Amino acid sequence: MSMDRRKFLKVAGISSILGFGASVASARNYDLQKGLVPPQVDANKEALTAKRWAMVVDMSKFKTDDDFKKVISACHTAHNVPDFRKADGSVDRKMEIKWIWKAPYERTFPGQDNKYMSEHMKEMPFMVLCNHCDNPPCVRVCPTKATFKLKDGITMQDMHRCIGCRFCMAACPYGSRSFNWTDPRTASNMKGELPNKAYPTRTKGVVEKCTFCSERLQEGKLPACVEAAPAGGILFGDMEDPDSEVRKIVTNKYTIRRKPDLGTGPAVYYLIGGGDHA
Amino acid sequence: MKIYNKGPVFLGIVIFLALALFPFYNNFGKTNKKPDPKTDTPEIIEYEKLNGKKECVESKAFMRGEHMVLLNDWRDGVVRDAYRGYISTSNGKRFNMSIQNGCMKCHSSKKKFCDECHNYMAVVPFCWDCHIQPKEKEETKS
Amino acid sequence: MLEKALEGSKKYWAWVFFLGGLAAVGCYFYFQQFMFGLGITGLHRDVTWGLYIGQFTFLVGVAASAVMLVIPYYLHDYKKFGKIVILGEFLAISAVIMCILFIMADMGQPMRVMNIMLYPAPNSMVFWDVVVLNGYLFLNLLIGWVTLGSDRKGIAPPKWIKPFIYLSIPWAVSIHTVTAFLYAGIPGRHFWLSAILAARFLASAFAGGPSLLIILALIVRKVTKFDPGKEPIQALGKIVAYAMFANVFFLGLEFFTAFYSGIPGHQHPFHYLYAGLDGHSELVPMMWTSSIFAIVSLLMLVVPSIRKNEGTLALACVMLFISLWIDKGFGLIIGGFVPNPFEEVHPYWPTMPETMITIGVWAIGLLVLTFLYKIAITVREQTVGVEIDH
Repeated sequence: MSMDRRKFLKVAGISSILGFGASVASARNYDLQKGLVPPQVDANKEALTAKRWAMVVDMSKFKTDDDFKKVISACHTAHNVPDFRKADGSVDRKMEIKWIWKAPYERTFPGQDNKYMSEHMKEMPFMVLCNHCDNPPCVRVCPTKATFKLKDGITMQDMHRCIGCRFCMAACPYGSRSFNWTDPRTASNMKGELPNKAYPTRTKGVVEKCTFCSERLQEGKLPACVEAAPAGGILFGDMEDPDSEVRKIVTNKYTIRRKPDLGTGPAVYYLIGGGDHA
Repeated sequence: MKIYNKGPVFLGIVIFLALALFPFYNNFGKTNKKPDPKTDTPEIIEYEKLNGKKECVESKAFMRGEHMVLLNDWRDGVVRDAYRGYISTSNGKRFNMSIQNGCMKCHSSKKKFCDECHNYMAVVPFCWDCHIQPKEKEETKS
Repeated sequence: MLEKALEGSKKYWAWVFFLGGLAAVGCYFYFQQFMFGLGITGLHRDVTWGLYIGQFTFLVGVAASAVMLVIPYYLHDYKKFGKIVILGEFLAISAVIMCILFIMADMGQPMRVMNIMLYPAPNSMVFWDVVVLNGYLFLNLLIGWVTLGSDRKGIAPPKWIKPFIYLSIPWAVSIHTVTAFLYAGIPGRHFWLSAILAARFLASAFAGGPSLLIILALIVRKVTKFDPGKEPIQALGKIVAYAMFANVFFLGLEFFTAFYSGIPGHQHPFHYLYAGLDGHSELVPMMWTSSIFAIVSLLMLVVPSIRKNEGTLALACVMLFISLWIDKGFGLIIGGFVPNPFEEVHPYWPTMPETMITIGVWAIGLLVLTFLYKIAITVREQTVGVEIDH
């Protein structure tokens, strides 16, 4: 049979599109067609569960610089967070990755300060991290559902699926997310023995952030920052449990959250005035 | 039969053959030994001592063909649904759904196990970009 | 028809190889970025989108502007556009290809790009952007191929292409609206959180794209035997004038809301861009250039005697294109990220590899445009005197 070039190109073009489309359409979607369901898989018996994990931060319990360092170090060590330094030892802001860090009051709650407030007050440090919002803009914008809400309220990050588009970083109103601008294993603290051999690192080109230590909760442990904080500094519990410490505090004491008017519904509450609690 | 553009056509054929047959003439004379993944790590030997037999997550035949899909399912089960235990269909035992803290706890040498087949098949799975491979034990001849 | 792209004068091939060289340089630097990571760019934790996404945003607008030729010709029977509609459609194809390349260049894990299709997320505007952009590319390829093929034979195109042409009109509007939605729905970025952002995008698209088309038409008249004609160019000039007026007006509206309301969060990005903030004023010269060029070009376009003179018209179009390129391709993105959610100023400036990759993508886009225009113009040259009747 004879075929001219136009016809050949048309047939080739259409069959490529159909072939490509068919291979995409027939690929298994792990979200819709789950490979493993109970009873073949189950959660750990010792896992901590909740309907809605939340955190209360009481900055009055943080007294020295060391208190902050311990918390940040516990989190970053447990998760192999790379520590990029410049040649002179200072933090390399360009490559920096942080899951929890300290920020001054006037930056954590912009607009809440006033011109008569002392500089000392404005500079008071606060622990900031991902707020695991009820209505997170990052989840709304992710094109692959690589960031998503777990049933227990955690805003989780699937580093396997992330395509590194960084839309979630643009969408987060709190600046909680970090990106791997290069291979994290080139950072100074990642050469040689890795900080935590029981947890993976990430690779270049994916976004990461605090996960409320989902992997530790599965083993029945509290998040690393909660354990490392000074007594009562960071409380963690189930907001839907009327008997939990966090619920009692939020119901009966004054707490503030960051940028509440955006409707994100953050789950990290900052206690005003301090007080006695476990 | 009239052949148009003889020069470029024959040149193209020669270049094509040079490229397409490269794997064959490049490896001429070399032998590639059959992959031999070892299951005699100290941890597996210890397990065998305690339990009388070696027990993996699933049968050898299943794992050989399906471990890729299984690991993908484990990945989504752990990250997206917070499952942690996998009940084996071949021996009913519960295994920790983890590559670092599950699979590699027994198969503690990536070089002697995973790489054997992967290198033979020229497969480079990107698991190890993130997941930490266990430290290879040095060969001691004593 | 495609073989016409492979026949040309020495100048044609010199231009093609020049673009090819730039593209090759871009590929080299992209390979470096692929191996090292996006850290090779000037991006950092606070400014996570920069030159690549800015160029993507700007080029979606250029792609959408084909509709400014399609509407008068196909909906309102403005026969004068008959010979140049194809130039608009081919510009759209080239622009969409550049958009896709910029997105791929910006991704941290480009090998995982199929995840967007494998795990669709209808809640995400990026998902819809991928869908509508690819759809628009397909539409323009189909329409361009069919109509140009019919022109070459001197007959009217088949009737079944009409629904596709009519579909391309709302589709063009949709691609840029969806791209605007990427920005306009983000709660934490005051510079972008404005209902008029989508309207501003469309207005600047319908000014910038046709102004590029005017420049291209004038170049085509100079280097080929095909003359698009004085009247179509003048008609395009009027379209550009109206669209640019809307665009400048909308920008003025943004200024008003930000400064009359007095809300600091809304004002700070404008301060940073136009006056400098916290000692950082890197973008100030560029933004003022953009605004001055915008107003001057608008005035030139509005005065009929200046617009009717093709020399001054070309100058106005060049100034307008540069102004919009700075505004949408750079200032818009940075203004959303600076100051950051902590009200800190951490500036961004592209690095050399980043710039070379950007130039490489532009070179590929211009190469596609060159090939497509060569085909279209050769058909026009060979069918001189034949009535176009779509």
